[in-house]
Parts: sequence; structure tokens; C-alpha cells
Amino acid sequence: MSTQQQEPETQEAPKDPDMKGAQSPQDRRLAEKESGAIDEESEKQAELEGETVHIKVFRYDPEVEGKQEPRFDDFHVPFEKGMTVLDAVMYARDEYDSSLTFRHSCRQAVCGSDAFFVNGKQRLGCKTQISDLEQPVRIEPLPHQEVVKDLVVDMSHFYDQMHAVEPYFQDEDTPDVNDLEEQRQSPENREKIKMSSRCIWCGACMSSCNIAAGDNKYLGPAAINKAYKFAMDDRESEEIKEHRLRILEQEHGVWRCQTQFSCTEVCPKDIPLTEHIQELKREAVKKNLKFW
Amino acid sequence: MSQSYNRGLIEDFGRWKEFKAGMWAWIFHKFTGWMLIGYLFTHIAVLSTSIGAASGDPAMIQAETDVYTTTLQGLEDLFIIRVLEVGLLAVAVFHILNGLRLLMVDLGIGLEAQDKSFYASLILTGVITVASVPTFLSGVGI
Ligand code: HEM
Ligand code: SF4
Ligand code: FES
Repeated sequence: MSTQQQEPETQEAPKDPDMKGAQSPQDRRLAEKESGAIDEESEKQAELEGETVHIKVFRYDPEVEGKQEPRFDDFHVPFEKGMTVLDAVMYARDEYDSSLTFRHSCRQAVCGSDAFFVNGKQRLGCKTQISDLEQPVRIEPLPHQEVVKDLVVDMSHFYDQMHAVEPYFQDEDTPDVNDLEEQRQSPENREKIKMSSRCIWCGACMSSCNIAAGDNKYLGPAAINKAYKFAMDDRESEEIKEHRLRILEQEHGVWRCQTQFSCTEVCPKDIPLTEHIQELKREAVKKNLKFW
Repeated sequence: MSQSYNRGLIEDFGRWKEFKAGMWAWIFHKFTGWMLIGYLFTHIAVLSTSIGAASGDPAMIQAETDVYTTTLQGLEDLFIIRVLEVGLLAVAVFHILNGLRLLMVDLGIGLEAQDKSFYASLILTGVITVASVPTFLSGVGI
């Protein structure tokens, strides 16, 4: 028996322009760093050193008299280098008003629980540097969702829409576990769905969408993107892809999108949402086009 | 959850200062599209009513008593009509250029540059509109 090891299979870097990995946000940031854009950033930070940050936070609580009418509270928070919007509201809660309520968990843009409406834009609190914002920083709950208390909104409708697209892998011929077989995806196909798989369910896109605001049944960008992840996965059969497209092309599906690009603008994970929605529109048309 | 607060649609158009390129493009496209429809119907109304009353007699046209010819000449003598014509051109040019941008967006071409192509349509519309002013405003007094 030969002990010689087999040469490890090497993979060529994908050349397909469809693969979004080519110019990833990380590459962009690295390029910025080299070109000195980051120095400007630290300058802005240094300017704020030793100062306090003025934040205005939306307050509402149906159970407390005097807070039933929504209002804004002002807080002056001591600035620290690298301070995020989430850090600022956490400081305000811990030091000034323990009743200030908002969701947060991971503090590193992974859990998706702290999307707020900051200075007129949907952003993740933990991913937004205070030094990048004009003061006073106005922090509100996500628009177009019912406010439960302070910065906490009711996300159940958003979750309903996410579940409506059957966001789970469906395949009839799953390999037998006993054979220890794997269901492999080609690197190219993985690249294709890579960006769509980054969603953290923060709801920023849905909140930014003017169409979703006017049509409660519209699936919304996040759910359509979730459907894209599965519809574009080669491992699912053609029938299942058709089934997915049938969900997407119904009245309140992809055709509601009017390409306003608001969702793409706000997505903290840089998912090209509009691009995915448009591609699904074309897939839906292709499926229905018959030449005979 | 006992109670919650609905802030209505205040965020939609009350916050126009916070709109980004794609949103402005959408608003302008809607607006210009419906302006063009409005113009189309006015246009048909003006032409059909004056054609109905027109005889088409070459002699009357010569004598400047043909209704169709006099109506149009009368309109073209009005300064406000000339200004509206410049406006119509601007609206149509923007709608066409942004319409081409939207077609590209539908085909999935250059979506990363959607904001730049919107600014390009705006600038081109401005240039074409300004360049058209001498033609539209020639031979009319205020
Ligand atoms: C070359 C000429 C034109 C091009 C390329 C063009 C392109 C387009 C496109 C792509 C849309 C769809 C917008 C979307 O996806 O949301 C649209 C909408 C529309 N267009 Fe045009 N168009 C042209 C001329 C006209 C004319 C002459 C009129 C009127 C007489 C018109 C009236 C409209 C209207 C009313 C809408 C719907 C606006 C809305 O409510 O969304 N267009 N156009
Ligand atoms: S698509 Fe982006 S903005 Fe929308 S829920 Fe997912 S991470 Fe948030
Ligand atoms: S706290 Fe988890 S995403 Fe911001």
C-alpha cells in the first residue's frame, strides 16, 4: 500500500462576474484603510474626545402615565473612542434612566436586534459610530412597525413574512444518513447565494420600504431575499424552485417592488436586496414564458 | 402586549429631506409619467375640438380664418405656452432617460451605479432643457 498522500484538490478562484465575493465590503474597507480614509475617521474620533454626545431618544410607554404621549428625552453621554449608538443608549440607560428600553444582544452586528431609526435612517445601533453622525443624534424606533415601548417595536409581522416564504431547505432525495453522504454545493453556487445568506433579520429593510408601508401583505425585501437564498440553491429540485417562484410571483410578491433602492441603502449587511428581487422577477418571467 | 403606538405614515413624505437617490428617482418618474398622461389628454382635447370646427379649406387658411390654424397660432403666440412647452420637454426627457435607467435596473445591469445614473439623467435633462430654450422662446413677446 502506498503511503503517498494524494495531492489536495485546489480550487480556482471564481471568475464568474455574477459572484459577488469579488469586491467584498471587506476588500473595500481594506482599500480605504490603505488610501488613508481611515485616518480621517480617527481624526473625527479625536475631535470628540472628552466631549459629551447629545442624544434625543424616543420615549413611549402605554403603562406609565406621562409617557403615554410619545416624547423625546435628551441625554448627554460622555464620548469614548469608538462609541456606537448602542453604547450611547446603554450608557443613558445604565447611568441616567433605567427604564429606557431597547433590544440588544451581541453588540457586533450579528443578532439583528438593535435596528433603530437614527438621524432619519434605519441603522444597527451597534454598527453605527457616534462620530459619523450629526448631533444631536435622534434615535427612534423603526418606522412602520407598532411601538411597544421606547425603542422596542413589534416584529411579529416581519417574522410572519419571513416564514411565509418557507425559509428552509427542501429536497426530496436527501442522502441517507447511514451512508454518511454529504449534500455538497458547488463553490460557484455557494458564491451566488453568499450575500443573501448574510441576513440577520433586523427588519431595517422592511422598515425603510415605502411599498411595504403601504401594503401590509407585501412580502418585503428580507423575505424575498430569504427566498432567493433557497430558490438559487442548485441542490433543490426544479419543482421546488417552481413552487418557490409561485409564492414569490403572487400579487403581494416580487412585483410590488418599485426599485426605490431604500432597502439596499439601509441593509447593515450590505446585501444587494434590489438586485436579488430583480433577478427573481426575471426568473418568474422566464418560468412563465413559453415559446410554441 | 396590551397597547402599542402607531406613528402612522409620518415617516413617508414628511421626511423628504432624508430621501436617497433611488427614492427621488421613483417620485420623479411617477410625477413625470402622470404629467405626460395629463398632457396627452389636453393635447387630444385641443386638437380634436379645433379640427372639428376646421374646414380645411386652403383659401380660409390663406385668409387666416381657419379655426385649426388660428387656434394653434393663437396658442403659440402666448408666452406661457412657450414656457409650458419647455416644461413639457423637461418632463418628457427626464421620463425617457430615467425610463431607460429603469429598464437597465429591470435587466439587472449596473445596479451598483443606480444613484449615479439617476444623477446623470437629471443633469442631461437640465442640459437638454436649457439648450432647447432659444428654440422654444423664439419669436414670442411677453
Ligand atoms: C421613450 C419613452 C418612455 C420610456 C422609456 C418610458 C419608460 C417607463 C418605465 C420603464 C416605466 C415604469 C416605471 C417603473 O418601473 O416603476 C414608466 C412608467 C410610466 N410611464 Fe413611461 N416611458 C416613456 C414614455 C411615456 C409617455 C409618452 C407617457 C405618457 C403619455 C408615459 C407615462 C407613464 C406613466 C403614467 C407611468 C406610470 C407611472 C407610475 O405610476 O408608476 N411614459 N415609463
Ligand atoms: S436583509 Fe439586511 S436589512 Fe433586511 S433584515 Fe436582513 S440584514 Fe436586516
Ligand atoms: S446588538 Fe446584535 S446586531 Fe446590534
